[in-house]
Amino acid sequence: MINQSNKVLNTNITKLVNKTYQYGFSTNIEKDIIKKGLNEQTVTLISKKKQEPEFLLEFRLKAYKRWKQMSEPEWAYLKFPQINYQEIVYYSAPKSKKKLQDLNEVDPELLQTFEKLGISLTEQKRLANVAVDVVFDSVSVGTTFQDELSKYGIIFSSISEAVHHSPELIKKYLGSVVPIGDNYFSALNSAVFTDGSFCYIPEDTICPLDISTYFRINDENSGQFERTLLIAEKNSQVNYLEGCTAPQYDTNQLHAAVVELVALENATIKYSTVQNWYSGNEYGKGGIYNFVTKRGLCAGANSKISWTQVETGSAITWKYPSCVLMGDNSQGEFYSVALTNNYQQADTGTKMMHIGKNSRSRIISKGISAGKSKNSYRGFVNVLNKAHGARNYSQCDSLLIGNLSNANTFPFISVHNSTTKIEHEASTSKIGEEQIFYFLQRGIELEKAVELMISGFCREIFTELPLEFAAEADNLLTLKLEGSVG
Amino acid sequence: MNSNLTLLEVKNLHVSINENEILKDFNLKINQGEIHAIMGPNGSGKSTFSKVLAGHPAYSVLDGEILFKGLSILDLEPEERSHLGIFLAFQYPIEIPGVSNEDFLRLAYNAKQKFYNKPEVTPIEFFQIINEKLELVKMSPAFLNRNVNEGFSGGEKKRNEILQMILLDSELAILDETDSGLDIDALKTISAGINNFMSPSKGILLITHYQRLLDYINPTYVHVMQNGQITKTGSADLATELEAKGYEWLKK
Repeated sequence: MINQSNKVLNTNITKLVNKTYQYGFSTNIEKDIIKKGLNEQTVTLISKKKQEPEFLLEFRLKAYKRWKQMSEPEWAYLKFPQINYQEIVYYSAPKSKKKLQDLNEVDPELLQTFEKLGISLTEQKRLANVAVDVVFDSVSVGTTFQDELSKYGIIFSSISEAVHHSPELIKKYLGSVVPIGDNYFSALNSAVFTDGSFCYIPEDTICPLDISTYFRINDENSGQFERTLLIAEKNSQVNYLEGCTAPQYDTNQLHAAVVELVALENATIKYSTVQNWYSGNEYGKGGIYNFVTKRGLCAGANSKISWTQVETGSAITWKYPSCVLMGDNSQGEFYSVALTNNYQQADTGTKMMHIGKNSRSRIISKGISAGKSKNSYRGFVNVLNKAHGARNYSQCDSLLIGNLSNANTFPFISVHNSTTKIEHEASTSKIGEEQIFYFLQRGIELEKAVELMISGFCREIFTELPLEFAAEADNLLTLKLEGSVG
Repeated sequence: MNSNLTLLEVKNLHVSINENEILKDFNLKINQGEIHAIMGPNGSGKSTFSKVLAGHPAYSVLDGEILFKGLSILDLEPEERSHLGIFLAFQYPIEIPGVSNEDFLRLAYNAKQKFYNKPEVTPIEFFQIINEKLELVKMSPAFLNRNVNEGFSGGEKKRNEILQMILLDSELAILDETDSGLDIDALKTISAGINNFMSPSKGILLITHYQRLLDYINPTYVHVMQNGQITKTGSADLATELEAKGYEWLKK
């Protein structure tokens, strides 16, 4: 009965406007591109092209050496063909003849690209209350509101610039949260990262604007390896947003980013991501391989780091935004919605490392699997022996759409302190044909029905997102699911 | 009564699911102002018929015709049939986690408004509309904040169906065993709701196993359904007779 009716329902659904990935276009622009392949010369060349100081070149070379000794992790519930790291281009930058003095000098083609993506770099039309750094393939093409932020002592720039204007901070913090040899992809990133954002919030400062980075992959053959470093000094607060899109190619592009957050005493960092890399077509061809290491260090007492992610894109997602709760009374949070459709695979979750006394963590994960996709939550709550009074609450909910999708939960909990309280809840539900029929019988169209059920399922997460992101996320999920219910 | 418009006309209907023929040459005609009750043993095809009317995609219509107000609805989607005025109160109302009853009811109401080019109502306007209806089925406004049917008792689910029927004010209501699993008080409330809904321009099709519902709602006709077709039609007295004798005596 189910199979037959699915067929009928599916044909009903395909009648709906099946919008394609709206960010799938590519920009034709003159590029400075290096030969594909990775060896010591590539690493040196990247460093040279960026006119980096000696210490950074050493950092890169050390990372490269580590990487060569390591092998790709195989424990994730993901299946993909071997990545040939020698076939990837590690540096691709839009060509510009001279150093840009202000944003008006950015290539108009590029400006147009970002206008199309809804990100405006032009001063008149820029987003109110959000400062943006935009990264195109390997380099940052512009950062808004820099001057305004600097009045507060806030540094917000591309990491390449930061290497020059704040070398001490880079030296001190780069690799301090995610060490070079942490994992295969972080080692790779440390060797070849080309750009990313850098943000420094000084003591006693509440950042007056939301800080945001927008990542765009454009080139078909180059990988994107960006590096983000965010430091919040004592008693400071910042909201950070991250967005990503990529063109539609039949080939797969590798994206291996590293994000490091440091929160000192009483500091609060809220980091939100809406990930919408190209996910491949309905037959599983193309799409981004997304291997990302994100980690926050709650270094000081009473510090707090909160990760919110809405993961909808990429062919493969391997990502575990984590918190190291070192400070006493520090707090870590992870709010996630991961949606997979067609042949997408996601293995995502978080790690909460409790070291400080009374450290608290909260994990709310919502996985939605549709089509023939695989969606796994993988979590690790680790309470060390000195974390007296540590608490963790985890909730993992899965929602299945259709009969061919797959949802998994792998929660690991390790406790070395008897005064700890740990709670774990999990649920699995399904949007079934009978529910849809109930809506339809009441005159509510399919699209609306799915939207309503999905946003109900994700409500707890969306309330954590900044306003403009929440609306976007809601639309994005609905869009991604079109044609998948049955 | 015959001068009234025919709401529903089902002619020689054959329906199958997974190549099992469930309805075999089924015929039925419902005029405005009539209440029809269909009784019959389990597995005779009563629920199938109700779902086919509503356009459930699992069933295939092999032959025959369904006319609603003179127009064939066989090619219409379930939501179009709903807009035109066909309402199905489900035998097992499904739970919808994460969606509040209020949102659900308002969306359904507005979908119909939109279909008839009437202005959609705001949540505040809707609250007034729904509050009046809630009283008719003796439901507390607290129901609005709960998720659709989630954690509702059997009686609450059935009352929620009747609430929706009254709200959407459809011309033809099909009630699939709305009386099953109800205690006496709930049965009275629901019957009152149904009688309140009924008017000379509407029609009701009651699918039931028990005569006791018919103590509160007076049917124009009682049909007996066996093996995919109607085998006997009579007045309300037929239900009493069935209650006493069962269905065996009707078998040829």
